[in-house]
Amino acid sequence: MAKVVPSGKHCTVNPLKLSQPLGGAAAFMGLDGCLPMLHAAQGCTAFALVLLVRHFREAIPFQTTAMNEVTTILGGSDNLEQAILNVVERAHPKVIGICSNGLIEARGEDVRGDLKLIRARHPELRDTALVYVRTPDYQGGFQEGWSAAVSAVVEELVEALPGRNLHQINILAGSHLTPADLEEIRDTAEAFGLFPIILPDIAGSLDGHVADTYVATTLGGTGVDDIRRMGRSVVSFALGRQMEAAARRIEARCGVPVEIFDRLTGLTAWDDFIAALARVSGTPVPQAIRRRRSQLLDAMLDGHFYFGGKRVAIAAEPDLLLGLSQFLADMGAQVATAVATTDCEVLAAVPAESVTIGDLDDLERLAAGCDLLISHSHGARIAGRLGIAFFRAGFPNFDRLGAAHRLSVGYRGARDLIFEIGNLFIAGEHGHGARIRQGGEHAAVAGG
Amino acid sequence: MLQHKLQDLFDEPACAKNRAKDAASRKKGCGKPLTPGNTAGGCAFDGAKIVLQPITDAAHLVHGPIACEGNSWDSRHSLSSGPMLYRTGLTTDLGELDVIYGGEKKLFRAIKEVVARFDPPAVFVYQTCLTAMIGDDIVKVCEVAAERFGRPVVPVNAPGFVGKKNLGTKLAGEVLLDRVIGTEEPETVTPTGINLLGEYNVSGDLWNVKPLFERLGIRLLTAITGDARFHEVTKAHRARVNMMVCSQALINLARKMEERWGIPWFEGSFYGVPETSRSLRTIARLLVERGADAALSARTEALIAAEEARVAAELADVLTVLKGKKVLLYTGGVKSWSMIAALQWAGMTVIGTSVRKATEDDKDRAAALMGEEGGLYENLPQREMYRMLKAGEADILLSGGRTQYVALKARTPWLDSNQERHRAYTGYDGAVTLLREIHKALTSPIWEQVRAPAPWER
Repeated sequence: MAKVVPSGKHCTVNPLKLSQPLGGAAAFMGLDGCLPMLHAAQGCTAFALVLLVRHFREAIPFQTTAMNEVTTILGGSDNLEQAILNVVERAHPKVIGICSNGLIEARGEDVRGDLKLIRARHPELRDTALVYVRTPDYQGGFQEGWSAAVSAVVEELVEALPGRNLHQINILAGSHLTPADLEEIRDTAEAFGLFPIILPDIAGSLDGHVADTYVATTLGGTGVDDIRRMGRSVVSFALGRQMEAAARRIEARCGVPVEIFDRLTGLTAWDDFIAALARVSGTPVPQAIRRRRSQLLDAMLDGHFYFGGKRVAIAAEPDLLLGLSQFLADMGAQVATAVATTDCEVLAAVPAESVTIGDLDDLERLAAGCDLLISHSHGARIAGRLGIAFFRAGFPNFDRLGAAHRLSVGYRGARDLIFEIGNLFIAGEHGHGARIRQGGEHAAVAGG
Repeated sequence: MLQHKLQDLFDEPACAKNRAKDAASRKKGCGKPLTPGNTAGGCAFDGAKIVLQPITDAAHLVHGPIACEGNSWDSRHSLSSGPMLYRTGLTTDLGELDVIYGGEKKLFRAIKEVVARFDPPAVFVYQTCLTAMIGDDIVKVCEVAAERFGRPVVPVNAPGFVGKKNLGTKLAGEVLLDRVIGTEEPETVTPTGINLLGEYNVSGDLWNVKPLFERLGIRLLTAITGDARFHEVTKAHRARVNMMVCSQALINLARKMEERWGIPWFEGSFYGVPETSRSLRTIARLLVERGADAALSARTEALIAAEEARVAAELADVLTVLKGKKVLLYTGGVKSWSMIAALQWAGMTVIGTSVRKATEDDKDRAAALMGEEGGLYENLPQREMYRMLKAGEADILLSGGRTQYVALKARTPWLDSNQERHRAYTGYDGAVTLLREIHKALTSPIWEQVRAPAPWER
């Protein structure tokens, strides 16, 4: 439906996009006992770390090979080797997730070859999985880095084992899903008697639990042994089109069939997912789930008055943009403005006239006259300037509590999303909008 | 050219640490070499941006891939009393083709767009690792752009891979010296004009101090660079005194401003009551020495006495609670010691402080203040920090965002003492705020609840 339009600027103003290595590292955070590391100068890790810490409000394990000017000229293999040895000695990770950046890739370094030599020289690394993903920051964004990292994990770790475990399913989770979303997905799959292997499982590591000891790696997340076993699953569900590539690799290696769910937010989207779980498990849909579906129907009936005819402006990464905009369209709202970070296939399905590949400045330019603005936290100031209600979605969400626990999948997630966004529309209709306009930034932020 | 600049920076006569080295080790530069796999902290680009970005009416354009600006823009709480352009994230966001064919043309067009759109008094253009490696000549592009667009377009050649944050701050100081300060003359020069170097108005720090100057008749020409305007920084060379606020991040700037324009400087801090008073006294003394009205010293003493009495009265209830409480400080540079003095003034005990980014002088001062009980930590591993807090060796951790969750996961009070905080801690008002915040953190009712085991675990 939507036509994809480039922004056409030479200068990006108020970036929407985050870097590919950051997305790759974030995906590695969903592996148990993992230490993500950027093969880059130290600043790349420092900036990315600050964003992750502020979003999740968690201590984040994250290292760097600390490339400098000289090693950039001579090559980074020594730094890579030292970094791996130091990290293993200090933190004993089960996995080291290595993301490159533009510096390494533009030099054309053979990181894979380096890793082979490092392994050969150091038998003590026998029990440490090393996963390298190519993530130059002059290509793609957070979502692409995430997707590439998951594919790299699959490539490195999934084994071609004989036999099928009829209760085991693979769930490849895209970057648009929160820990709360993954919790909901796991609980739902388990309600059908299935054993889901979720990759990456940031619900295990970044759900904000308080451990009793200090651990220098991720604590919780997908176990390496579980990843090795993914080839024995009966099906791979790819959640978000960004996960298709990883699912296809498992299919190619182990013959596990793939089903893609472009979104899980909204009635029909979750219906499809539930139907798939029922089919795969051969189990009827549990009563509790039917009850929640009924609650969502009721929320749609109660809420649709406030969504009808509303104009919404959204800026997000492709898969998140698709899910939110289709959900809003399902409720009767009009996606008047859509901005995405990168061009990809799913954007054609966004229910809008066009999708601009651009930044928050494009959003600001195009959002005039809208009733609601949706983006990550950097959009708050724009909503304030435009006097529009603001709803935070995506990464980073650094100025509100509970980013990890925002639920938008499942009947419950859609129900709550209708209430949350519907209430913003109601507040706007009751003259709150006028107060926002007077109060400027702070009032609008409070509205979101 | 950058190498030339770096060698110049590594030879710093005003730095005791630097003087203590022999010529060979001096040449290798400041700080320990980074350890791959065990390194934290920002890069030179980060440091340069920290120093320059608070110039509020200038455009700050980052020439590089999306990581450098996309992951970091608008993340520091340097506040402005007027222009907001400095908070606009601007980057050339290089793509693969730019890397292959070079990014200079895109940079030039980006500068053109920025000028047309925002009409800033100046544009700062930041080099990054990737554009440095592919050989983009930002100096040349800036030269052409400056001529074409009739305003300063200032190249900031501090790509991340040349070193740590501290090196970037110094490179930014060089940029100011080479291309900004002294390029315009003020209309009037007064005997009480001062600059604050390394004061970035984080969370409004500057605004807690400025009214004190106004009450004393001291004229702040500009902070470098908190809440600054480009055309004020250009005239900073007509100050009578420079106060260097942020440890030695800008020591080269202070020294060279003294060499070029004869401006004496001193290092001081506005954290806590004792240091605030000391800094005000020093400014007054130096100004009088340089010809300001001698009555300034008496006015300063009167103000100090009044403010110190007011703060003590305001904090009476808080101080009884804080007395004897143990603090672990994990900050850097000048805060290593100025914060200690501030906390000790309130009767608290500092059990240890980190001395990252601190000079030898900073360390000596910290050690002298803490006495034998306090530890100086070059690098306190998070695991050890967690153990100390879990064992109750400190009642509260004061640190930056990165170690926040080490304290909270150990179910220990924590307070932000770095740049992401939302309150100003400088001056007398800031001292009150800081101690009230510590009091609030220590006395929160949650600690008892979150430390108690669940009923079924008792």
